[in-house]
Amino acid sequence: MAQYWNIFNQLQVATTPDLGPPIADEYNRIKFGRISKLVGWFGNAQLGPLYLGKLGVASLIFGFIAIEIIGLNMWASVNWSLREFIRQLPWLALEPPAPSNGLRLPPLNQGGWWLLAGATLSTSILLWWWRTFRRAKALGMGTHLAWAFGAAIWLYLVLGFFRPILMGSWGEAVPFGIFPHLDWTAALSIRYGNLFYNPFHALSIVFLYGSTLLFAMHGATVLALSHLGGEREVGQVVDRGTAGERGALFWRWTMGFNATFESIHRWAWWFAVLCPLTGGIGIILTGTAVDNWYLWAVKHNFATQYPASYRTGPDPATLPGADRFEVKP
Amino acid sequence: MALLSFERRYRVRGGTLLGGDLFDFWVGPFYVGFFGVTTMFFTVVGTALILWGAALGPTWNPWLINIPPPAIEHGLRFAPLKEGGIWQLVTICALGAFVSWALRQAEISRKLGMGYHIPLAYGVAIFAYASLVVIRPMALGAWGYGFPYGIFTHLDWVSNTGYQYLHFHYNPAHMLAVTFFFTTVLALSMHGSLILSAVNPQKGHRVKTAEYEDGFFRDHIGYSIGALGIHRLGLFLALSAGFWSAICIIISGPFWTRGWPEWWSWWLNLPVWN
Repeated sequence: MAQYWNIFNQLQVATTPDLGPPIADEYNRIKFGRISKLVGWFGNAQLGPLYLGKLGVASLIFGFIAIEIIGLNMWASVNWSLREFIRQLPWLALEPPAPSNGLRLPPLNQGGWWLLAGATLSTSILLWWWRTFRRAKALGMGTHLAWAFGAAIWLYLVLGFFRPILMGSWGEAVPFGIFPHLDWTAALSIRYGNLFYNPFHALSIVFLYGSTLLFAMHGATVLALSHLGGEREVGQVVDRGTAGERGALFWRWTMGFNATFESIHRWAWWFAVLCPLTGGIGIILTGTAVDNWYLWAVKHNFATQYPASYRTGPDPATLPGADRFEVKP
Repeated sequence: MALLSFERRYRVRGGTLLGGDLFDFWVGPFYVGFFGVTTMFFTVVGTALILWGAALGPTWNPWLINIPPPAIEHGLRFAPLKEGGIWQLVTICALGAFVSWALRQAEISRKLGMGYHIPLAYGVAIFAYASLVVIRPMALGAWGYGFPYGIFTHLDWVSNTGYQYLHFHYNPAHMLAVTFFFTTVLALSMHGSLILSAVNPQKGHRVKTAEYEDGFFRDHIGYSIGALGIHRLGLFLALSAGFWSAICIIISGPFWTRGWPEWWSWWLNLPVWN
């Protein structure tokens, strides 16, 4: 059964680890290679080597600083109690500055740490992008992964940098923390009239689910062809064998259309890239160009109207004297 | 529709599960088979019912057409056609079409000498759909708990159902599902990029071989899961996303009726904290 489905590697070759193709600055490569039988059941048995140049080291240092700032702030928020830190960790947050602070630099304990954590985390991520680009260059390969990573960085920067600047306040940004960032997400959707009515949010979800569908289709196709060497995809691209032919015909006979062993990876790349790309567009428009997606949908004739289930009173903000209850930050 | 250059020698008889040679033929690029016929039957009937339901409704705006399930009062009985019965028949047709499609995939797999991974994977998607419109409604005792068939009405249903549990992001199975969805996209982008970057190398370079595929990710993150492993991982991540999505909605209502944020109080009240 397991052999038929090819869920585990049936055979593991024990040999000296492959330390990678030659590169100019090989002294930056940490030439360790461990063979792990456990890992080898699911994928390649070899761990390592790892290239660790200046960019990698700098990225890890900045990332470490960001996590330290976030963690220590959370720990401070429970009075340096280790027990409470572990107990409340999912609820703890490093919050951005208050909205009244605008885009100024706040004191450290009023959002300054958040700004510093964001700056160091962003530096770390951008350095890692550069490293991704240079590792591909060093091996003479295409830089597709760096540009795909760029799409994810776009969404990240929209959430924490571009949109807060457009809105004029760091307080618009996402807090660091497990439940707190989920609270932020829910609150944003409610504040701006339900993000489901944001067409770019809809597109982003289409590409999220579409990517999952594609990977299920592609992964299953290749595994179903593994007895014919279907996983040797680059080989199938340049010199199509029966695995490539059967894979193509499966989908042609099923749905009347098929990709090739190269084009399926273009479909994959675009679906994965468009998910954060369209998502970032949806977020950057929220609150800047559109204040209420539901009303926007009503205006553009795609919001559903339901019979009123509850009697509603007047909007309290329109009642006389409402202006006396101004909300102070 | 022209055959692919290599297609003719794969178009051979046999491999059917039902119907013998009777439906063992192609129409254009499509394989038919017994389950192709049943797929068509359920699809045509289901689509016609949706169009009829749309005609009964107030709008032909495709974003707003709505085929709602019966009211909760109907419980698990058949409702009159115009009061949710259409939704019930559409659901039967949808499940009939989806299961037929999976079985047709199984027949095509047999014909091409492939494993059954694709129909099995598709089965997880069918399970996720069934969990929304059959399993959970039956557990709650009314078809009215299914989601309505409409582009924006089903989104409203998701919103409303989510807020009934106060804040659905706190549902632990939902957390797992979302994590699997995001990880699938990450892994897909990494895999797609790697193959494209090996097949389309820099100017003056030859197409890269497996040493370079593994070498790139070893240099980059210290591990390369390998050509076979990435497809196992991708399939696992994608199916886990669908599976936990199904679980997260099945447990909402039948097993947990309060706000999901409250569910986490077990963690805060663990005896180890005292």
